[in-house]
Amino acid sequence: MNHVLEKTPHPPARALSLETLGMTMRFGNFTALRDVSIKVPAGSFHVLLGENGAGKSTLVKCIMGFYQPTAGQLTVDGREVEVAHPRAAHDLGLGMVYQHFTLVPSLTAAENLVISRADVPAKINWAREREALSAFMANMPFQVPLDVPVGRLAAGEKQKLELLKQLYLGRKFLILDEPTSVLTPSEADELLGMVRGLTTAGDLTCLMISHKFREVTAFADEVSVLRRGEYAGGGKVSDLSTADMAAMMIGEKELVRSARRVETSGNVVLEMKGAKAPDRSGFKTIEIGDLKVKAGEIVGIAGISGNGQMELMQMLAGQRPLDAGEMRVKDTPYTATRSEAQKFNVRYLPEEPLKNACAPKMTVAENIFFRDFDAKSGKRQFWLDGRRMMAEAARLVGEYKVKTASLASPIASLSGGNVQRAVLARELTGEVDLLVIANPCFGLDFSAVAEIRARIMAARNSGTAVLLISEDLDEILELSDRILVMSEGQIAFETPAATAEIGEIGKYMAGHH
Amino acid sequence: MTTEAGLASPATGAIKAETAEMLGRRLDAIFLPLAALLVGMLIFSIFLLFLGKSPIEFFQIVYKAGFGTSFSWTNTLARAAPLLLAALCVALPARLGLVIIGGEGAIVLGGVAAGAVAMLAPGLPGPIGIVGMALAAAIVGGAWIGGIGALRHYRGVNETISSLLMAYIAIALMNHLVEGPLRDPASLNKPSTSPLPDAWRIGEIPGVGVHWGLAIGIIGCIVCWLLIERTTWGFAARIVGGNVKAAQIQGLPAGLLMIGFTALGGAFAGLAGMFEVAAVHGSANASLAAGYGYTGILIAFLARHNGLAIIPAAIVFAGFEASSGLIQRRLDLPDATILVLEGIVFITILLSDALQDKISIVKLMKGDRT
Repeated sequence: MNHVLEKTPHPPARALSLETLGMTMRFGNFTALRDVSIKVPAGSFHVLLGENGAGKSTLVKCIMGFYQPTAGQLTVDGREVEVAHPRAAHDLGLGMVYQHFTLVPSLTAAENLVISRADVPAKINWAREREALSAFMANMPFQVPLDVPVGRLAAGEKQKLELLKQLYLGRKFLILDEPTSVLTPSEADELLGMVRGLTTAGDLTCLMISHKFREVTAFADEVSVLRRGEYAGGGKVSDLSTADMAAMMIGEKELVRSARRVETSGNVVLEMKGAKAPDRSGFKTIEIGDLKVKAGEIVGIAGISGNGQMELMQMLAGQRPLDAGEMRVKDTPYTATRSEAQKFNVRYLPEEPLKNACAPKMTVAENIFFRDFDAKSGKRQFWLDGRRMMAEAARLVGEYKVKTASLASPIASLSGGNVQRAVLARELTGEVDLLVIANPCFGLDFSAVAEIRARIMAARNSGTAVLLISEDLDEILELSDRILVMSEGQIAFETPAATAEIGEIGKYMAGHH
Repeated sequence: MTTEAGLASPATGAIKAETAEMLGRRLDAIFLPLAALLVGMLIFSIFLLFLGKSPIEFFQIVYKAGFGTSFSWTNTLARAAPLLLAALCVALPARLGLVIIGGEGAIVLGGVAAGAVAMLAPGLPGPIGIVGMALAAAIVGGAWIGGIGALRHYRGVNETISSLLMAYIAIALMNHLVEGPLRDPASLNKPSTSPLPDAWRIGEIPGVGVHWGLAIGIIGCIVCWLLIERTTWGFAARIVGGNVKAAQIQGLPAGLLMIGFTALGGAFAGLAGMFEVAAVHGSANASLAAGYGYTGILIAFLARHNGLAIIPAAIVFAGFEASSGLIQRRLDLPDATILVLEGIVFITILLSDALQDKISIVKLMKGDRT
């Protein structure tokens, strides 16, 4: 027993300070991080800003012991430390919440929490663990179902659980990698408010990677900005305007601006009437009473993750058969078969495109060819046209600026933004009458987000009916003409975007109406 | 060179990058299974050394018995015929992400179906009889394995386990039929269906000395390769295999494709049974369950489920199996020794699949740093 105790020292009781000095990381000839020094005092809420590829991930991976920096030092609580591996970082009380989930999908939340401990005994006394967990959960500002396999939770719920896990493990310095990407503003505020409370109380120090200026100004004490692997500026948040921070982050590069909204008017393209289907648990019903999307408008569906948006997408894509009601496209009953989708020019952009819209091991060219490999100007093809595939892929990869080593690379080797660009290239080409999108910008960097939103807006302006299901309210507000709020499997509220009140939307998202 | 420069935009010099990458992948697909085969043979050599036998002598005998003379080639190719078709029963579903290991069942039932046709209508002329037998065998084999695909699609039954278990049912069914309703009363020691009329027997390919099943097997492999790699149907199947969610969001009928391709694989296995009856045994009996279905699994995995690669892979394994008699006599080893070799090779092949992303010529060429 003693032996075990020696190996897992008790985590520190108070918040830790942390400092990097001249941190440099080279991979071969490529310098990912150059001479970065940042200082995070104990009990502060520090934000690390920067575009994808700016070196934020590299920096935190050096701190967490995933990488051994080429040069530079790390100081934790005033003592210089060597973090040889992530385990060593954990022993120091450093923890991290990743962009991608690290939970075991087949285990419940309770099981995930307990097995994540370093000192978990060979035989677990579940009764006692349950009691301890309930006591722990009682102090938490939000709840996660503890007894459902994590694989069945929605993205937002998983992210909450990831955070809970770090707190459960007693980490005193927490690195959060875009933790609010999938949370609603009120959830995010609640979450960050809680983190803020912990830092103010001196129980926790937080270093958060974020793209959202709103969160920075509302919660952070200090900010450090990285650009192309170098420290580009920073300081107290109270001394900086968002414009200052954006300038540090982007440098001189010009952003893709969201295309201007033009006046459009069109016929109803998509209509759902009394459509009912069971939700993923099978116990509740998703019911879409009346949903219409007209040509040339973006209808945004806002809502807290897990309120039926995933199921709505599946109903629209024919993956979740309807128990009652109907879907119509251009006033014709629609069941989302391939021939119907091709005939009516219906396109889908599901969330997490690599997982839901691509075959990861197939090549970039093959993935881009998914939509029209079997039809050429309306005629069904028997032989696969490899030449057409390569020509089309080369054209679209160039047009959408997809960065790939070659067209024959597996699409899984691309970065998230480039996978999304490739999928957009596939789905936005040709005539598009109806576009159904879910969380298109989840986990993407600043400029990729701007570019992708501009593409969606351009599709709308050219007369496409767009249904945008998104958990990012900023995105809904920026793009939509009409906003619907989904809550507990139903459309709870509708408002034109021009006169939308965030407070009211938030109220319906939270289910208080 | 920085990574930025490494990410050549497709507009500039893309063709070269593609060709290099595709070539590298092809080399990987050839080199890794070959290496796995060699490593498997090495491990097997250690096993032989423990038994006090010389590995060199062993492989010399394998070579001689399998590939050394024209007689041994005839023997090997005759064994390769059913193996080619059995391997297709694994390879086709595998391209849709289904691991079917019960091809033996379809072979056995295909053979029985052929025997039954001969008993029902022995008066028909030869060519019609042969076509009838082939159709019956393909339909029965296709329904058997296609049913496994349907169970998977509609009821979520694991296809690997159900196909294996259903192979046992198929063998029991065959025993029941050839010992009961379909038994030729004249078959005393070995219950069989009635012997095929002479005109129904399938002969040899002129000049090769091997029955026509070999030609059908090779044609089947080529057709399957074309189907998977060169047609839109095959492309749709590969999308289903690559990510069934992506296939569904594209509106592809994933379930129908699964059922169709498993049924096609089963039809080929059924044909293998038909050729065993019509070209080798002359009637359907327990000899049909000779394990071709199981060796077919190995061959398909060695060939990475590529129709063209199945042809050499099947010939290699047919050679192994053809040599088992001589090994028994010369080295005084049990004939199951070849099964040990095949088992070890199977494990090294699976291992090479798992290491696919680690050991790769493509990566070596790029000088990948991760």
